[in-house]
Amino acid sequence: MSAYKIIDHEYDVVVLGAGGSGLRAAVGLSEAGLKTACVSKVFPTRSHTSAAQGGISAALGNMGEDDWRWHMYDTVKGADWLGDQDSIEYLCKEAPAAVLELEKYGVPFSRTEEGKIYQRPFGGMTKNYGNETVQRTCAAADRTGHAILHTLYGQALKHNTEFFIEYFALDLIMKDGACKGIIAWNLNDGTIHRFRSHTTIIATGGYGKVYYSATSAHTCTGDGNAMALRAGLPLQDMEFVQFHPTGIYGHGTLISEGVRGEGGYLVNSKGERFMERYAPKAKDLASRDVVSRSIAVEINEGRGIGKEQDHVHLHIDHLDPKVIDERLPGISEASKLFANVDVTKEPIPVVPTVHYNMGGIPTNYKAEVLTLNGSEKTVPGLMAIGEAACVSVHGANRLGSNSLIDLVVFGRAAAKRAAELVKPGMKHEEIDKNETERCLDRFDKLRNSEGSNPTSELRLSMQKTMQSKCAVFRTEKTLKEGVDEIRKPYDGMDSLSVKDKSLIFNTDLVETLEFDNLIRQAITTMDSAYHRKESRGAHAREDFPKRDDENYMQHTLSWCNGSKTKINYRPVHRSTLTNDVQYFPPQERVY
Amino acid sequence: MVQLNLPANSKVEKGQYYKDKTGSKNIRKINIYRWDPSKNENPRLDTYEVDMDNCSSKVLDVLNKIKNEIDPSIAYRRSCAHGVCGSCAMNMNGKNGLACTKSHSELDGDIDIYPLPHLKVLKDLIGDLSTLYKQYESVEPWLKTSKVNDKENIQSKDDRAKLDGLYECIMCACCSTSCPSYWWNGEKYLGPAVLLQAYRWIIDSRDEDRKERLKKVADELKLYRCHTILNCTNACPKGLNPAKAIAEIKKMLATA
Repeated sequence: MSAYKIIDHEYDVVVLGAGGSGLRAAVGLSEAGLKTACVSKVFPTRSHTSAAQGGISAALGNMGEDDWRWHMYDTVKGADWLGDQDSIEYLCKEAPAAVLELEKYGVPFSRTEEGKIYQRPFGGMTKNYGNETVQRTCAAADRTGHAILHTLYGQALKHNTEFFIEYFALDLIMKDGACKGIIAWNLNDGTIHRFRSHTTIIATGGYGKVYYSATSAHTCTGDGNAMALRAGLPLQDMEFVQFHPTGIYGHGTLISEGVRGEGGYLVNSKGERFMERYAPKAKDLASRDVVSRSIAVEINEGRGIGKEQDHVHLHIDHLDPKVIDERLPGISEASKLFANVDVTKEPIPVVPTVHYNMGGIPTNYKAEVLTLNGSEKTVPGLMAIGEAACVSVHGANRLGSNSLIDLVVFGRAAAKRAAELVKPGMKHEEIDKNETERCLDRFDKLRNSEGSNPTSELRLSMQKTMQSKCAVFRTEKTLKEGVDEIRKPYDGMDSLSVKDKSLIFNTDLVETLEFDNLIRQAITTMDSAYHRKESRGAHAREDFPKRDDENYMQHTLSWCNGSKTKINYRPVHRSTLTNDVQYFPPQERVY
Repeated sequence: MVQLNLPANSKVEKGQYYKDKTGSKNIRKINIYRWDPSKNENPRLDTYEVDMDNCSSKVLDVLNKIKNEIDPSIAYRRSCAHGVCGSCAMNMNGKNGLACTKSHSELDGDIDIYPLPHLKVLKDLIGDLSTLYKQYESVEPWLKTSKVNDKENIQSKDDRAKLDGLYECIMCACCSTSCPSYWWNGEKYLGPAVLLQAYRWIIDSRDEDRKERLKKVADELKLYRCHTILNCTNACPKGLNPAKAIAEIKKMLATA
């Protein structure tokens, strides 16, 4: 199969992905003097970090007293006790320094009267272990992700990171259970590239596109997750898919939680502020899983708005237009463009929309990838960060503004750890030809598919199945049907049709490779959901409405070979990293 | 009058015609520029009949519909679909914009879709932006400060407000590729997108390199090829005003 021209590269470290976490890692690696390549299928500032709106959490205490331990408690509770508390401690303790570092890099944060970084209230973020709201989410208006992404790209340029842009990664190169690099396809000229590296850092983001309606970009296809699966590694906690409470009805565009942070509220068709019933204390600022379920209940019980009674309204028309202009300009623009709504006069029609994957490649707090071999063990040469990783700091439900901080804290941690493990200029081992052959065989087979099923049809079938069988509320029946149905689009690949056979910017083939990646993650998500017979965080089973700590204080691990999965579990870490804070034992979760 | 002739291999030819197969009564013709670098053929304009009764509101939705249902081979960049990533910049009925925020109802008649003007075309609607990216790098888009303590820089609300209208730039290149000066001198003139970015750092109160930054852009070609044509401001899909940013740089240089 080696009709393809292969170009070889040797790097100390390869970072796969150039969003917030990949860029932060690349900056740290370059600073440490390691020869670093950053490989991305899109130009860095096109990455989906740019779409993050509301902010980045850190207990800076710029707007009232705050403590990283409070942030930790909120995150543990938000995660419904499925998060690893050693990692959560690391995240929350490192957060303030990581945000100050971003400010030093040049992020144009909004400012307080004293000229400090502005912080806004956000869902689930509280003072003093669950008492009253705190202002912890640092914001650059409602374009925080955009501001951070562009600034980090600038830093990477400053440090002369070598970029390989519009290269589509195909597979990991494995040898004796260790990662030795990656193989990628250069879309610009059609050549195949083999990157050998001592450490490979997967920073490829989430896989929201397995669903029909998602705030995720077209490119959120979890390519790195699928590469891990094909390398025989497990993904963790894939059943935990976050539905953001406020995607624009009919289009899916994100309306930031910052809107509710600034005083926005939800109403049903009776004009009731229904969140008061579901979360008497936090109301509209309860955590996202709670708010999304509340909206779903309102709609299911006939109190939805519109002809189909299938959405609710988000009001900010009571806010001072000056506040909207200063702090929420982006959502005003989006509401106008995609809902034809003037937010100063009318409510925004919204509905829970797939937004974030808590699950991903299992890692420890140093970003090293974990697998299970008797007990948990690290995979040499492989790290994962950002939404692609499951550290697990977000457990069963991520709090808003905890994803941006996750990117920079663990991006930094990965660079630090890699610098400990890799010395500049270390010699590379020979790699087995079979790995390259196996990868290119798959590539070539997909490229030359002459069947009758277009990729777009298989993708649509997958998305519709996920949307109807693995949604906000789940039951044994829907999941069982889902487990069967989701394999149909996979089987449909037996007769796949790819029309474009060229190698330069063949986006037909790109989408086919992306579908091949998506469908494996869809299968592991569905199967993981079927096997977890409890309700926890974003995983709400109508037939098992209670959390079951006795049986399920465990991370789901799912391996996938073809359409066959293997499910296993590993215990949640029940200790903190240091004595600076005590373990938070499971409690009932009320907001 | 001077007669200009295009080289024979760059003439856009009539391409394929894809007739509607849905029997829709609400058809719109979409003409799309096609060019495949792996074939030794001239560029062509393919025409697709699209059923508008079952199509969402934006030009990107039309393109996706064509790619999903009629012709998967058509190549264009796209990602976020709501105007923040800047991938799907292209020329629609003669005007640059983002396909994901441009409503097709705002366009009259058949819709003509071309790549951004005056870029080397890589395939179909995908243009080569590498020159623009290199120019972006040349303005050193990072904060230069000698402060090394672990405290944040203090910046007043007023100073921060000076970055509004600048930091929102998504580098889609709609402005630069609408600028005649950039068309003729694209290798040397920095163009509106990059000059707006340059000004974003020049005017940041936290940056200590203002003088040097100004000196670097104060160049006959890099800066002064701007002849205030204002196509850039007209083209910006984010409502920014690159022409004003350029004027501010010129003013700072004139009064320095």
